[in-house]
Amino acid sequence: MAVQPQTNQTTATGTEYIVRCKDVVKEYMMGTQVVRALNGVTLDIVRGEYLSIMGPSGSGKSTLFNMIGGLDKPTSGSVFINDVDMAQLDAQELAFLRCRTIGYIFQTFNLIPVMTALENVMLPMIFGGLSTDEAIDRGIELLKLVGLGERLHHKPSELSGGQQQRVAIARALANNPQIILADEPTGNLDLRTGKEIIELLRQLNKEQGVTIISATHDLKMVDVSDRIVWIRDGRIDRVEERAAVEVRVGDVEGTPG
Amino acid sequence: MRKDGRQVERLQLPFRVAFHISMQSVRIRFWRSVITAAGTVLGIAFLVSVLTAMMIQRNSGAVTDPTEKYRMTWLVIMSLLVCLVGITNAMLMSVTERYKEIGTMKCLGAYDIFIVELFFIESALVGLIASVIGWFLGVFAVVLIKLFSEGLKVFGWISPGEVFLYLLLSIVIGTLLSVIATIVPAQVAARMPAAAALRVEV
Repeated sequence: MAVQPQTNQTTATGTEYIVRCKDVVKEYMMGTQVVRALNGVTLDIVRGEYLSIMGPSGSGKSTLFNMIGGLDKPTSGSVFINDVDMAQLDAQELAFLRCRTIGYIFQTFNLIPVMTALENVMLPMIFGGLSTDEAIDRGIELLKLVGLGERLHHKPSELSGGQQQRVAIARALANNPQIILADEPTGNLDLRTGKEIIELLRQLNKEQGVTIISATHDLKMVDVSDRIVWIRDGRIDRVEERAAVEVRVGDVEGTPG
Repeated sequence: MRKDGRQVERLQLPFRVAFHISMQSVRIRFWRSVITAAGTVLGIAFLVSVLTAMMIQRNSGAVTDPTEKYRMTWLVIMSLLVCLVGITNAMLMSVTERYKEIGTMKCLGAYDIFIVELFFIESALVGLIASVIGWFLGVFAVVLIKLFSEGLKVFGWISPGEVFLYLLLSIVIGTLLSVIATIVPAQVAARMPAAAALRVEV
């Protein structure tokens, strides 16, 4: 189990929260109208857990996801990552956080098209100040970990969707992040490949101890999540522990298709 | 992070890496680069053709109209300005096409300045190559035309040193033109939020 280097906060109860959202409200201006995408969300995410955020489109799921990932700032309320209030960070500190603390995985894979698989994985490490040799070694190691040891020098256009997503996962892990944020990681993949990716994420979550937060529609995700947060109309509708939903998911997975 | 009492480490993009990325970007998006380069090529070709034509005329001993020089200068400046706008336009298109890539880089930790750097290196590269092509086309076109109208004696009126000087001039002006034209697009790119990486086209 990889010990995360930047652990420096524990709550009184002994449970470590890696992300804490407090009364998060987000309003957007749509023309002259104010649209409230998030309406007071309070959510604590435990270090090392696998959390899925579920909800229909327009529910505020993506907005909440962006807040947690440091990609957007709340209108009111606050988001803490490692007990640091995101609102207090300047642009450079945010960039640092994105580089070192958070790894991102996207629905559309988002590999840099002009770079090979290995170069893609190396980029966050280069940003982080690793020498090229170190970055190459670790990049190869990570690509082997996700099962792409033979495709180091392929361009994204020469890889299948599942392979691209594996490269993206290796890239997300590059700087030993504490959190991996996955936005619909299986949204563009077929059923079987999607399952493989989910299993890989779960495995990394268990073996590396990295917290995984994923926004998804995919009910396959429910199977592996420790907790599922259902968002509806900008509020948390309910939070389910895995034990409570397992049977119901079995039903869904059991249906043909 | 300063709240933890830790030092804020600076993230970095070594020039070697930036250059490599930009170079690959030009190569892979070849046709997009050609469009961007076309502006510089044409502008420089026009500049060099005017210079070469004036040189040949001067060396041939023909009488030149003194107002001709000002008229030509005016034309060259206007053409270069038009090229500038053309390059800016092509670069802006290129930025909008790459929103996802730029957003992703930011998610990986890129500072705004990294994005600006990448675009500047790319445009300087394209500008450099385009200048050389433009210079060649300009000289070639004028010599060819004069060859038809004046015959072989044209070669006696060309001073190689001066033509070489035009090459240096072309590279300086062309590269500068390309980089200046990229200021606005690069800023647009740098301002793109990291969240752009998550946008999905419907």
